[in-house]
Amino acid sequence: MAVEPLIEKWQGKVAQVTIGATAKDGGTRSHVVTVGGETGLPFLAESAPMPNKPVVAFEIWDIAPADWPDELAAIYKSAWNDPFAWAQKCVADYKAQLLCVKLQGSHPDNGKKTATQQQKFVAGLLNKVKVPLIIIGCGDDETDNLVLPACCEAAKGEKCLVGSAVQDNYKTLAASAFADGHSIIAESPIDINIAKQLNILISDMGIPLDRLVIDPTIGALGYGLEYAYSIMERARLSALSGDKMVAMPFICFAGQEASRAKESRVSVKDFPQWGDEKDRACMWEALTASSLIQAGADILVMRHPVAAAQINKYIEDLSA
Amino acid sequence: MASVFIIGELINGMYVSIAKAIRTKDKSIIQKCALDQISAGADALDVNCGPASKQPLEDIQWLVKAIEEVTDKTIVLDSSKPAVIESGLKAVSNKVIINSTTADAQKMAMLVPLAKKYNAKLIGLAMNVKGVPQNKDQRLELAATVVATCVEYDFPVEDLYLDPIVMPVNVSQGAMADILESIREFKIISEPPPKTVVGLSNVSQGAINRSLINRTFLAMAIAFGLDAAILDPLDKELMDALITAELIVNKQIYCDSYLDAYRKK
Repeated sequence: MAVEPLIEKWQGKVAQVTIGATAKDGGTRSHVVTVGGETGLPFLAESAPMPNKPVVAFEIWDIAPADWPDELAAIYKSAWNDPFAWAQKCVADYKAQLLCVKLQGSHPDNGKKTATQQQKFVAGLLNKVKVPLIIIGCGDDETDNLVLPACCEAAKGEKCLVGSAVQDNYKTLAASAFADGHSIIAESPIDINIAKQLNILISDMGIPLDRLVIDPTIGALGYGLEYAYSIMERARLSALSGDKMVAMPFICFAGQEASRAKESRVSVKDFPQWGDEKDRACMWEALTASSLIQAGADILVMRHPVAAAQINKYIEDLSA
Repeated sequence: MASVFIIGELINGMYVSIAKAIRTKDKSIIQKCALDQISAGADALDVNCGPASKQPLEDIQWLVKAIEEVTDKTIVLDSSKPAVIESGLKAVSNKVIINSTTADAQKMAMLVPLAKKYNAKLIGLAMNVKGVPQNKDQRLELAATVVATCVEYDFPVEDLYLDPIVMPVNVSQGAMADILESIREFKIISEPPPKTVVGLSNVSQGAINRSLINRTFLAMAIAFGLDAAILDPLDKELMDALITAELIVNKQIYCDSYLDAYRKK
């Protein structure tokens, strides 16, 4: 007797968010990236084909990072003193379809670049590269509330994704990003209750749900990945069951978290049994990202170009 | 995981204003009642011409058409007379549920084929001509009869809502525990399981604290796995209790604004 596959049908749908605007829509991007829209769990084509595949965004900074692992420094060092060159390298050499720029130089500890400086920087970046952009603040609330609205204005009409709004500081960013036509990242500290609450607070400002992306905060492999996975899975199952307040695409900073892991950093000299750190750093990031894809991640912000290529291939293979 | 399916009970000819609207063919009253219930959270609308209707075959069609002008929500055709149900089915274009059949073979022979013909879901009562069951075993037996008959007619059991028959608490206090337990046990009659539904307001019939009794029973029934309820969605405290009960049984993700979040669903 043939076994009948059990096909699950869900009633809910994840919101679909588009990043970037081409000339047709009043922007200057070469293409747009659309994420979300799922009506089922990832890569279960028989029960629910994925309308949009997960995407990789390359992470760049406006300043040269001081704390990235040696392996990443070796790859990017030639370019990262000039963020425009860094961005162009990602697009030209690694075929990045989406860039995520972190305005780390505004942080009080990193030289405190002003809103005007960053506004000029973002305008310049949009001029130099034509892929859609994700813009992330430095994480200092007071600074971000000055810098991000200025950057939103500089990128008006380009439909960027801007973050991050957090529970104690979401109004300024959400209002300015929305006013200038961008979408918003709502970040919660691996806490599904806060994730949902923040989405409600932002939607209470009149911002449509298809302009929100959830950053659930993740941990790398070995550093809380399972916990992040279970939070994302719980939110996604609830979204598919009809809870619109958690039915947004996920953005996951896989590169950032993987590079924090000791396993990505320490040398083979100190830990001979762990093997070459070159492979290790790349694998750590790729494994973190591929697991998150299974939990429902829609945007993977990554650092290591080889890991990014592996993830793109992984997505291709699963879609075949 | 799915939320309790809410069937608004207010379009019923036993209410004076609805009876008058039917008599005077005043669509606006019916349509307002429909939209009020939907904005309060109703997923479906029960439609009953009431005992005073002299021409229920025409009245039910008029009600259905009036409602469908303003909403595409599910219509629940409520009558004990199969002819009235059939007349309603002919007029409906929204999704539709038949409310209801008893466990009697004769009645099911009329209503189950009708449900199939019109692609309707069906509410089956755990009672028959002999009346309301006296204990849990009888309830289960009658429910199993309804399920078995549906299977016989090749009607999908997942489209069947079983009603354990909720009695007024001031009449049948001793039956309450049986009724609640039946809700859970009905689900194990077949695989895939049938759904369960209660006509909630009956539990407080003739009592003083009607709203409190309704919402307390509803919360308990949700704990026993209830799938659907016919109720007054305009009773805000009742709806708050329903939403909170869903939270307690982990059907909704908690957040501080969970009541608002539910209402934005």
